[in-house]
Amino acid sequence: MGDPGTKEVFSLSDLQATGQRIMGRKHVLSILVENEPGVLARISGLFARRGYNINTLAVGPTDDDKISRITLTIDGAEHPIDQVTKQLHKLVHVLKIRDLEPHDTVARELALFKIDADAHTRQEISQLSEIFHGRVVDVARKSITVEVTGSDEKIEAFESLVRPFGLIEMVRTGEIAVQRGRHTT
Amino acid sequence: MRAVEALMAALKHEGVDVMFGYPGGANLPTYDAIYDAGINHILVRHEAGGGHAAEGYAKSTGKVGVSLATSGPGATNLVTPIADAMMDSVPTVFITGQVRTDLLGTDGFQEADITGITMPIVKHSIMIRDPRDIPKAIHEAFHVARTGRPGPVLVDIPQDLSRAEIDYVPIDDVSLPGYQPTHSGNAKQIRLAAKALANAKRPVFYVGGGVVNANASEELRDLARIEKFPVTCTLNGLGAYPAPDPQWLGMLGMHGTRAANYAMDEADLILAIGARFDDRITGKLSEFAPNAKFVHIDVDPAEISKNVPAHIPIVGDAKEILPRFSEEYRALESDESRMKEWWERIEHWREKYPLTYEDSTDNEIKPQYMVQAVWEATEGQAIVASDVGQHQMWAAQYYDFPEPRRWINSGGAGTMGFGLPAAMGAAAGNPEQLVVCISGDGSLQMNIQELATLAENKIPVKIFLMNNGFLGMVRQWQELFWDGRYSHVDMGNLPDWVKLADAYGIWAKQETDKTKLVGTLKEAIEHDGPALVDVRVTKEENTYPMIPAGQAARDMVG
Repeated sequence: MGDPGTKEVFSLSDLQATGQRIMGRKHVLSILVENEPGVLARISGLFARRGYNINTLAVGPTDDDKISRITLTIDGAEHPIDQVTKQLHKLVHVLKIRDLEPHDTVARELALFKIDADAHTRQEISQLSEIFHGRVVDVARKSITVEVTGSDEKIEAFESLVRPFGLIEMVRTGEIAVQRGRHTT
Repeated sequence: MRAVEALMAALKHEGVDVMFGYPGGANLPTYDAIYDAGINHILVRHEAGGGHAAEGYAKSTGKVGVSLATSGPGATNLVTPIADAMMDSVPTVFITGQVRTDLLGTDGFQEADITGITMPIVKHSIMIRDPRDIPKAIHEAFHVARTGRPGPVLVDIPQDLSRAEIDYVPIDDVSLPGYQPTHSGNAKQIRLAAKALANAKRPVFYVGGGVVNANASEELRDLARIEKFPVTCTLNGLGAYPAPDPQWLGMLGMHGTRAANYAMDEADLILAIGARFDDRITGKLSEFAPNAKFVHIDVDPAEISKNVPAHIPIVGDAKEILPRFSEEYRALESDESRMKEWWERIEHWREKYPLTYEDSTDNEIKPQYMVQAVWEATEGQAIVASDVGQHQMWAAQYYDFPEPRRWINSGGAGTMGFGLPAAMGAAAGNPEQLVVCISGDGSLQMNIQELATLAENKIPVKIFLMNNGFLGMVRQWQELFWDGRYSHVDMGNLPDWVKLADAYGIWAKQETDKTKLVGTLKEAIEHDGPALVDVRVTKEENTYPMIPAGQAARDMVG
């Protein structure tokens, strides 16, 4: 059981056909749900009840106002991802789930960093953020706020660079992701 | 029409003939509509009783059980039956009143967020926000409750919305894009499974409540009898395969027979049908059936490989899959003699470790004897509801169920207080059949108020109370695993059961004499109406055999 080398399957019918367990990597689940009150509570509650840990969670509307998309990242090393997916599929308002493969996915996260800054360090932080294609969105006498978007690795790299200046506050949205190419979830 | 009249029309359209409930402020409009609806409503004495009655009705008839409650405490009293129905996949619809929409979220009088509270224990729930959605919600609720893996659905209706005027046209085709249960079963997987079974030298059929839910007993029997395959059932699966029968190994699991558990332990192929590898079955998971390949048939894909990895998973309805499985199997070449050694081994276990107990030589009534007496008095033909505890296990062990839907029992949740109201629901759904409730003195006191409901509605449930003055199963565990320190299991001040039943207007008798027991039970059965027999049994008797929790089948004791 739990052989990490097993074939990765993503759709419910694949899961039904193989019943295999897939473990071992970070998973980005893209979940389409009906826009009904309480859907997010049902999903987060399911994770809490079964002891699955959510790393990030982003929810927003889609082009169809009856449908929302939840992008959720979890650590597949802790729990077999197929069990998570199958339990989610049992929720009546869940329409579709896709476990996005990292190499086939464009994922972005937005982060805001509020950093200790004075006249001396302001320039340096601003330059760092340029290298990361970030933008300075607020400057005050003792602080500077920078917006950075990108992969979680990029955001974490930026964090480690600015932390020595004194990180006052940091906010991250959690990843949103789409498959590359013409495919849709 | 008024929304509540549409609600009644929708319930009738779904075939509801009886429901169980309790009125209150928030569901007064509904109760006003019930007044002329022409649906039999049974007024229970506690909402939990109504919920379990709906379960008993559903389990015994296969139809959807319906229970109603008002908002707040009325609704929260349904939490236990809802959880119970979820654990045992019982098709049920729970309709709760809710405070007016302008009071929602203000901590209004008798307000409770019942959809929020029950979210982890329902198959689905619907909170009404537009009165025009009420009948549609009922149709959706019934559809979700009875299809796929059955389960409880909650519909919560704010009081003001239930008073609105709406139009209603019944819907027969519910459309829920996110809810598409798989019925058919993958053809390739079925062929693969048939092949695996044809090659198995030590196969066992492990049958759960899912076969009962799917009404697939006949299809199971057909497959099992193509060749002489050994069959064992879970607590919830009892009756899915007729007992006794030469191929029947008895129940498996914590208090199952040695033959069944040892066969699972040594099997090379386990065909699991509508069974979910509960910890009461597997014991220590890492040592469960170590040599077996698993074929797992289940309508819920999430059950497959949840606890035990399936080598051949088949998702779908057992009633559709089993006949195709049989057909595939018949097309294969197999040699029944390959199982000869296996059957010798099984017969050896059966002979060496029969299900037995040391009967008393005087007039003392052993609890196991009591179940046998119930079997004799009912000629093995009753619907038996049990509560939870030792009496439940003895009933499961010693009452042979010839067909499904005769054994009404809280298996997954293990809810004390389930038996009496569940028996009441079963009797309401099966007026022609004899319904008995085997309960314990602890369990019966947990929903004892339903004696009033029985008496008022002349529901002829026969309560056979296994009275040992103890919380017997807890006492047994304290004896075996907690150095005999009997902490709070002595029920001490027991009521005078005969007087108590009499107070409710129920015929009752106490029995302490073994030789008279069958006669007294028959007397209760012949009595026209509900009856209670207080059977005084051996005080300290243990349920054996037993796999201690978390241990392996071969570590069985007793």
